[in-house]
Amino acid sequence: MDSIIKLTGIDKVYTVGIVDTQVLFDINLSFEKGSCTSILGTSGSGKSTLMHIMGTLDMPTAGSVVIDGQKIDGLDVNALAALRNQTIGFVFQFHYLLPEFSAMENVLIPCMIKNSKVDRQTLERADKLFDIMGLSAVKHYLITKMSGGQQQRTAIARALINNPKILLADEPTGNLDSENSDRICNIFRDINQEFGTTFIVVTHDTRVAEHTDRVITIKDGRIESDINKI
Amino acid sequence: MLSFKIALRFLTSNKLQTAFIILGIAVAISVQIFVGLLIESLQISLVDSTMGNAPHITITSSRDDVTIRRWEQLSAQLERYNVVETVSASASGNAYAKKGSTIKPVLIRGFDFDSADQIYHISESLYSGRIAGARNEILIGRDLAQDLELKPGDSMIIVAPDGNNTTLKVTGFFDLGISSINKTWVVANRDVAQNMFGYGSRVTEIDITTKNLFYADVVANVFKIILNDDDIRIENWKQLNQSLLRGLEGQRISSAMIQIVIIVSVAIAIASILAITVLQKSRQIGILKAMGIKNRDVALIFLYQGFLLGVAGALVGVGLAFGLLQSFISFTTSASGVPVVDVYIDYFLVVRSWFIAVLAATLAGLVPARNSLRLNPVDIIREG
Repeated sequence: MDSIIKLTGIDKVYTVGIVDTQVLFDINLSFEKGSCTSILGTSGSGKSTLMHIMGTLDMPTAGSVVIDGQKIDGLDVNALAALRNQTIGFVFQFHYLLPEFSAMENVLIPCMIKNSKVDRQTLERADKLFDIMGLSAVKHYLITKMSGGQQQRTAIARALINNPKILLADEPTGNLDSENSDRICNIFRDINQEFGTTFIVVTHDTRVAEHTDRVITIKDGRIESDINKI
Repeated sequence: MLSFKIALRFLTSNKLQTAFIILGIAVAISVQIFVGLLIESLQISLVDSTMGNAPHITITSSRDDVTIRRWEQLSAQLERYNVVETVSASASGNAYAKKGSTIKPVLIRGFDFDSADQIYHISESLYSGRIAGARNEILIGRDLAQDLELKPGDSMIIVAPDGNNTTLKVTGFFDLGISSINKTWVVANRDVAQNMFGYGSRVTEIDITTKNLFYADVVANVFKIILNDDDIRIENWKQLNQSLLRGLEGQRISSAMIQIVIIVSVAIAIASILAITVLQKSRQIGILKAMGIKNRDVALIFLYQGFLLGVAGALVGVGLAFGLLQSFISFTTSASGVPVVDVYIDYFLVVRSWFIAVLAATLAGLVPARNSLRLNPVDIIREG
């Protein structure tokens, strides 16, 4: 199958003052379209940095990143912003919703960044996503009036509104209890199967990794194992 | 559109902070408009009291006999220019006024009363008696009436330089607010003055008012070129009132300085407050950038915030300024009910101040807009 993300020889070095700290060493990975993968690692293993590089939020010190056939080095800030808006959806440990807006408005923001105006089709898609997330009753609530689980599910709906090819999730269940964690994992699985979205979750939680088809473990900035369960 | 929506929501989500910013801008703008209007009103009343009863341009003779020939043609020619409001030819000369044993030096102003009245507003300043009607009737100033102990209807003798006496009837007294005029002027019929001084049918002065007195010097210079007559001398009020003009200019500059300082302080205050907002909203900006919002649209959020604060603050400021003016008028009204300063509302100044305030507030948004460009989404996400 075609790969939607291809990482070749990725190094990442952070420089603080005169001290260089390398957090990723020669990472070579490829993710197939529609696949469901977890990247498992302990805190400080470099897994979040890897996700930020795959999401074009951060740039590698060396190596190349190809997303949906497009090489990202050399793209300017606006081109990267457009690529993120149209191709990638993000879910983080903290929901990062805008507290000034309602759940529905938050979900529609990526679409407004893309098109400025919201059409009927998008509204129908938003309604469907709220339905999938079990949030139809609270979709017009202000974010601050929602529970932690509801906020995180709203963040997932927001990540999916532009129908991205890739969904990147960084410890998406980190702030949730086990019941809500299971619910989120099942939603991810359903989305992956229903929309064919390529799903990559970065986690330290093996229970989350159990829901994915491929598990990559990362340790001290290097790939330790890459197991495909299918 | 999204940027505007976010800007508006950022402002409305923290109502108290926004209200304080708007109030701050409003107070500054109200002071700016109040000071501007007050200084302008002072200038207008100063010019009005100095020039309200005087010609803007005066044409006199440079000939030895002090008379202007062909003055009818000259007056008719000047009246045709649309910058000219009134033209009045007069025959004037020095004489003595005699009543009983009291003799006072006077200036006989032989007017065509109707046209002269449009310039000097004598009928408006008449406080006793009536307007002169018949050929031998005259009006005199308050001080001269007191010096000669005259009542309306009394007669007095004018002694011309050649020693001839003419008896004239005083029908009323005027007060033009200038002591030297009230003390010396005798407003008479032009024919009487022409006969008294032996001018024949000639006059000694042509007084002109223009539509805009501040351009009187330009108009006077144009007349000099057009008329090109060595026998006449053309002077304008600006030549004769240099110190007044310097005073007005000083007022204008100090008013402008006050307004500039206020606008700069408003801009700095808005820029600082919005710069803090960038810090307050850095998490939101970071996540918007992660979702793909372009730098230009992020910058627009802060420009819109500056614009909205400017619009609201300046609107409230205009309202406050009118409130201040109203209070000023009520507090400074004298016991007789006359305000100390006649406040003149220059709506152009109000609208201009409003626009400048909105522009300054919008431009102040550039500082936080620039700061927002430096926000890196990955830093925000890493910090949690």
